[in-house]
Amino acid sequence: MSVRVYDLAHARAGDKGNTSNISVTAYDAAGFQVLQRELTPEVVLAHFRHLGAGPVRRYELPQLGALNFVIENALGGGVTRSLAIDPHGKSLSALMLTIVLPGHNEAGAAAD
Amino acid sequence: MRGLSNLFAGAKIAATEDNVVKDRIRIGCGAGFADDRIPPGVEIVERGDLDYLAMECLAERTIARETLDRAKDPTKGYTPVLLERMEAIFPPALRRGIKTVTNMGAANPMGAADAVRKHAREWDCPDYRCAVVVGDEVSDLMRAHPELVLMEDGAPLESLLPRMASANAYLGADVVAQGLATGAELVITGRVADPALFLGPMLHAFGWSYDDYAKLANGTLAGHLLECSGQLTGGCFADPGKKEVEDLAGLGYPLADVWVDGRVEVSKTPGSGGRLDVATCTEQLLYEMHDPSAYITPDCVLDASKVTFEQTGRDRVAFHGATAKPRTPTLKVVVGYFDGYMGSGEMGFAGINAVARAKLGIEVVKERLRRRGLTYEEMRIDLIGMNSLHGNDTAPEPYEVRLRIAARTTDKKAAEAVGAEVRSLHMQGPTGAGGGINFGAKQILAVKSVLIPREWVRTEIVMEDAA
Repeated sequence: MSVRVYDLAHARAGDKGNTSNISVTAYDAAGFQVLQRELTPEVVLAHFRHLGAGPVRRYELPQLGALNFVIENALGGGVTRSLAIDPHGKSLSALMLTIVLPGHNEAGAAAD
Repeated sequence: MRGLSNLFAGAKIAATEDNVVKDRIRIGCGAGFADDRIPPGVEIVERGDLDYLAMECLAERTIARETLDRAKDPTKGYTPVLLERMEAIFPPALRRGIKTVTNMGAANPMGAADAVRKHAREWDCPDYRCAVVVGDEVSDLMRAHPELVLMEDGAPLESLLPRMASANAYLGADVVAQGLATGAELVITGRVADPALFLGPMLHAFGWSYDDYAKLANGTLAGHLLECSGQLTGGCFADPGKKEVEDLAGLGYPLADVWVDGRVEVSKTPGSGGRLDVATCTEQLLYEMHDPSAYITPDCVLDASKVTFEQTGRDRVAFHGATAKPRTPTLKVVVGYFDGYMGSGEMGFAGINAVARAKLGIEVVKERLRRRGLTYEEMRIDLIGMNSLHGNDTAPEPYEVRLRIAARTTDKKAAEAVGAEVRSLHMQGPTGAGGGINFGAKQILAVKSVLIPREWVRTEIVMEDAA
């Protein structure tokens, strides 16, 4: 059965220049363990690459059950000059939550 | 009724005279962006039992736009919503003895102070003192130092100077505290780091020093949590069936109780809607934060990587574990510059074959612009309902879709043509095109940043004259 980030966590996106940061906070400790293991910067980059985004850095805050992803070049050239309808990328938190975790996705697991 | 509330306000003012050191102050957030909702700001003043109210209204580039306003009219250049917001919030704050701090001065803090004073009489305000923070405007310094390096791309500042619209340094909490130290009931600033609007009252009330890193850390973190108003109290959070927020429509603004020893608890307007708990605090902690162990502000380098939250009551949370390192020797300057024009327009399609008709509309507009000889640095095509937010090419076809075309160019006429051509699809495009909008051409004010030595910036507190 496939598990989405949405099933385990909530998220919020913020902007600075052309960089989006998206926090992912697990609802419980078990969920955080799964996310820590499977929601790697590589997985996130693969999900955001079509926006021209990358590289991706990940910061861990285990005491809060949270991961903070810093995704460069995700905002169409930067909030102030982007032509995007959502130049701040506020909606990108919802894109993060659509990621299907590779260890829980049969196709993804087979590919590994 | 008015007599009663004035009597009450008088008693409160006496209790908060500057010579009385309180062991706890309460700071509320009255606005988190320029056009933030005003009613929750009034509500927190009336029901929050505040000592201080901070209103943050200055996004990265808004000051550039306001610098242009000032160039057209020297009395303008402050946040456009200043008077509407102050009319609603300042008189009740004053009556209750609440001191107000705001960066709505934007590109013209003195002009903002004058405008408020002019109207304060109409608003039936009792007499008040207003301190104005000046010195964040550093465009002369930028022109004198074309060798400075842009943080974003490493290019020399020189490349932007011919197009520069504004340059403002992010000031720290010290200038806010200095403003309050004059005894002013209102402190108006231009560019000040957002958390500093909240840390300033703490420095003033408790006399915290810049080598007391534990207190600076907590004060800065409190400011960071509060600065986006409703984002701490259940805004940006609700997801029906998954994450519920009670009375989101009545969302209240946040406040912080801060003790002299640096302890902080955050809460929100009593009786207001929304929620404030460990989950909302965690989301807001990481909002616009990159490396949580090095969040650089003009006042300190905050390390929030070990922070924990503790629910201490309903809609009430304490935090622990914030630390800080000394402030850096530099200040960040945001340089606003002209970056051409953006033109855009939208058109709707629905029913059978809607997406194919929208795609034909896109090709028609592009070809018409091309045949007119108009060129663009960058053009962006969206199908709203399919890919406009996440760029997803695999979305299923919806019943209805809106095409959107946006383009950037240095030629204003070419920018204007984009929305006009989109809108004309009503009559000269594919069948069944409806709901067209021409958004016209907007001048783009972009921003880049440089760091400058702190000592280059000369700030001053100016008392606005009541006479």
